[in-house]
Amino acid sequence: MTGSASVAGSAVPTRPEALSAPPRPAFSHDWRRIARIGAIAALGQMFIALSNMPVRLDERLVVKPVLSLGYLVLLFLPVAVGYRHGHQTVREGVPVSRPGLHEVVGGFSCGLLAGGGLSVLAVLLAHFDLREPLVNWSPILLDLLAFGNNTWFAAVIWLVIGAGLGAAGGAVRLLGPVSRRAVVTMALAVAGAAVLESLVVDLAEGMGLEALADRLYARRGGVNWNSALGLAGVCGVLAVIGRGRLRHARLRHAELQGTKRTRANAALIALTAAALIVLPLFAGKLTNELLANVGLFVLLALGLNVVVGLAGILDLGYVAFFAVGSYCAAVLTAATSPRITPEMPWLVALVVVVVITGLVGLFIGAPVIRMRGDYLAIVTLGFGEIIRLLFLSDWLSGWFGGAQGITKIPAAGIFGLTEVSGTDPRRVFYLVLVFCALAVYVSWRLERSRLGRAWMAVREDETVAEAMGINTVNVKLMAFVVGAVLGSFSGAIFAAKVGSVFPASFLILVSIVILVVVIFGGMGNIVGVIAGAAVLIGVLGGPKQPGLLVEFSEFKLLIYGALLIWMMLARPAGLIPSVRRTRELHQHEMAQDAWLQGQVDDEDEGKEARSSTAAARR
Amino acid sequence: MTDVPTPAAPGAGCALLQTRRLSVDFGGLHALDQLSFEVRESEIVSVIGPNGAGKTTLFNAITATVEASAGDIVFEGQSLLGLDPNRVTQRGIARTFQNVRLFANMSVLENVMVSQHCRTKQHAFGALLYTRAFRREEAEIRRRAEEILGFFGTRLIGYRMDQPAFTLSYANRRRLEIARAMATQPKLILLDEPVAGMNPVESAELTGLIGRLRDEWGFAIVVIEHDMGVVREVSDRVVVLDHGVKIAEGDYADVASDPQVIEAYLGQGTGGK
Ligand SMILES: Nc1ncnc2c1ncn2[C@@H]1O[C@H](COP(=O)(O)OP(=O)(O)OP(=O)(O)O)[C@@H](O)[C@H]1O
Ligand SMILES: [Mg+2]
Repeated sequence: MTGSASVAGSAVPTRPEALSAPPRPAFSHDWRRIARIGAIAALGQMFIALSNMPVRLDERLVVKPVLSLGYLVLLFLPVAVGYRHGHQTVREGVPVSRPGLHEVVGGFSCGLLAGGGLSVLAVLLAHFDLREPLVNWSPILLDLLAFGNNTWFAAVIWLVIGAGLGAAGGAVRLLGPVSRRAVVTMALAVAGAAVLESLVVDLAEGMGLEALADRLYARRGGVNWNSALGLAGVCGVLAVIGRGRLRHARLRHAELQGTKRTRANAALIALTAAALIVLPLFAGKLTNELLANVGLFVLLALGLNVVVGLAGILDLGYVAFFAVGSYCAAVLTAATSPRITPEMPWLVALVVVVVITGLVGLFIGAPVIRMRGDYLAIVTLGFGEIIRLLFLSDWLSGWFGGAQGITKIPAAGIFGLTEVSGTDPRRVFYLVLVFCALAVYVSWRLERSRLGRAWMAVREDETVAEAMGINTVNVKLMAFVVGAVLGSFSGAIFAAKVGSVFPASFLILVSIVILVVVIFGGMGNIVGVIAGAAVLIGVLGGPKQPGLLVEFSEFKLLIYGALLIWMMLARPAGLIPSVRRTRELHQHEMAQDAWLQGQVDDEDEGKEARSSTAAARR
Repeated sequence: MTDVPTPAAPGAGCALLQTRRLSVDFGGLHALDQLSFEVRESEIVSVIGPNGAGKTTLFNAITATVEASAGDIVFEGQSLLGLDPNRVTQRGIARTFQNVRLFANMSVLENVMVSQHCRTKQHAFGALLYTRAFRREEAEIRRRAEEILGFFGTRLIGYRMDQPAFTLSYANRRRLEIARAMATQPKLILLDEPVAGMNPVESAELTGLIGRLRDEWGFAIVVIEHDMGVVREVSDRVVVLDHGVKIAEGDYADVASDPQVIEAYLGQGTGGK
């Protein structure tokens, strides 16, 4: 016992000894939990049914001829709750019950309740007319729920379906990790192939694989049932063979150090870049359009990420800079702009756009930045709207055309080499790609600079940052301006792509969607933000832009909301979280964990150094 | 109460920091009442007093964290009133916080690096173009940070440099706060209860470090401390506050035997030794 043993060390309870095999708890069901989960699922099912999704999507076949997308959305929840029911919060020192038959029984019960929701709905549909408040309360829905039979058939069949699916969901927990992986991959592969049909067909055509596409998909849409089985089989096998490979590779990558690591990263980046350059060549117009849209949002999200993710300023009016960028580019390049028509080449205009947007950033930022937290968020929200209303106003309609906006914006000429416009989405994508690369570079460099550290400090504790000699106002303004400039790039490309700008393109919804992309992807993490944009914008679609799931575009906001809620519950730090941000969210738990694992710094030098470094590099 | 001392008639230039009849009010409460005191170059002054005496408020007023309601604060012959906190730091006054406030999720090294902000100047363009000047400055910031951390022996260097600050032990957090203050390259450091919560060994070690801060780095230091052992050890001069008023000033022996001081401490029934 040396004198330097820490004071705190003696005050805290002793560390739990290594846990021996937990005693298997007696078989028991938490019926309240089942009832709660089941009831929520039942309400969810009713909600989905009444949201009109099943009826609207019934036309769209997923697996021909057995399953339509409409039914798929009704089948999803029972499986999910059946699986979820078996979830246990794992606590240190508390034994975990082993999976067993009770998983199936519990899943069965949850699924039964979930299906029951639809049974009840079917009966209600048959006997009451609530069309007044609930617009989708229709005989068509009843018919769909009854599979064309009578009401009582509907009531019974959904109980059976729900229970069966719930039990299946619960049974997944009984599988070993390998078979579970296989099953999940199979299900995802079929669902993915079905849902991403347009993309797959488009790519297959680009690569001259039409035959494969024809075999996979039926003529009127949907995966052929026999191809579905084949695909599931292949993917299942692949999943089993490839198990752990990815994780292994990632771990190996994480262990790399110094130049090796730099080299590995460089290789990864080069590979990604090559893929992004080559892919559009094989893709059709549709896919390229999609890629271009995703790119525009990646650019916006990267810009907002500097503001929100790096500097921690919650900006709810980011669309303002997108709008200013678009309008500036429009005024400067279009011959039809109402007041001045300099008709600059796009690249020249871009320089002016950057300067003007930067100034607007300063102008908006200066008053806003002095506020903190919620106040700041509200004020930025206001400014976002003000900018749009200014473009819409009669007062400035002499400049910006009011509600008619500015049309006939010419294509963006790049050094006379090419003309980029919406008619050729592939070129738009390449242009966007260049600017995305620029935005990635800017974020990456700035984060690791004096300015980036200052942002971090401001995000952590503004008062202390100020006391450490950081001019917080300047530093935050800088973040605002960098964000504004990146947003304006996206705006200028958008103007050239679409060929016209209207105030209606810059609704507050755009700000929200960009923010959702950033939060969903992982605030403060460049890769995360890109992934977030790819998933949300690419799959679901942007505020106005269709995504891969064209069918869902009507329900886009609903799904956005649901996804965001789920995300906040399951992975609050986002899809691919930034290490630092995760720490900020879980600081206390992590300190606790570190202590439990005996890795906290407790003053005895050297001994634990190695294990601690390993933990820190996680 | 208002015996306007302005002690040791300032031989112009000797006084690094002077407060002149400084008052701070919170609503009706006079947290500081016409306080005049000074710190000379390379001097260690202790500020003591019972809980709630206004010691931390004095630091807050000097660093512009709270607004002075009357009086003046003069540093190197220029008034600090009306400056933003970051400007005060830039003038050369750094501080630590009584309730340790590190940038918990930044690494130990980053904590020290970021605190050199006001002494460095590379801006966004340097970083974006990755200029030589930028790289040189980054290297210099890093070198300096490591040098400063090295001041605390092996406590903060090695693997710990790259760990987030929140994993540090309590004593190390206090050390890191001091390191951060040093990184702003101040002339005067204000330490708010630097040994609070440390065990006797650590506390003795830090007491030694405070002396070395002055001797080797040339800082003038004001330290708020409740531990009389530490106060006796480090201070050239002791200032005693009670209810926002200076009730005594002088070297440790004088102050410790001052009846008013004893009264202030004993009257409280808690606190001092
Ligand atoms: N921001 C504030 N608002 C209102 N009252 C304050 C504020 N800060 C301090 N006070 C009050 O001013 C008085 C002096 O507080 P101060 O923190 O300076 O005491 P202190 O001498 O540092 O005490 P301690 O030894 O407990 O740290 C206290 O009565 C305190 O309640
Ligand atoms: Mg105090």
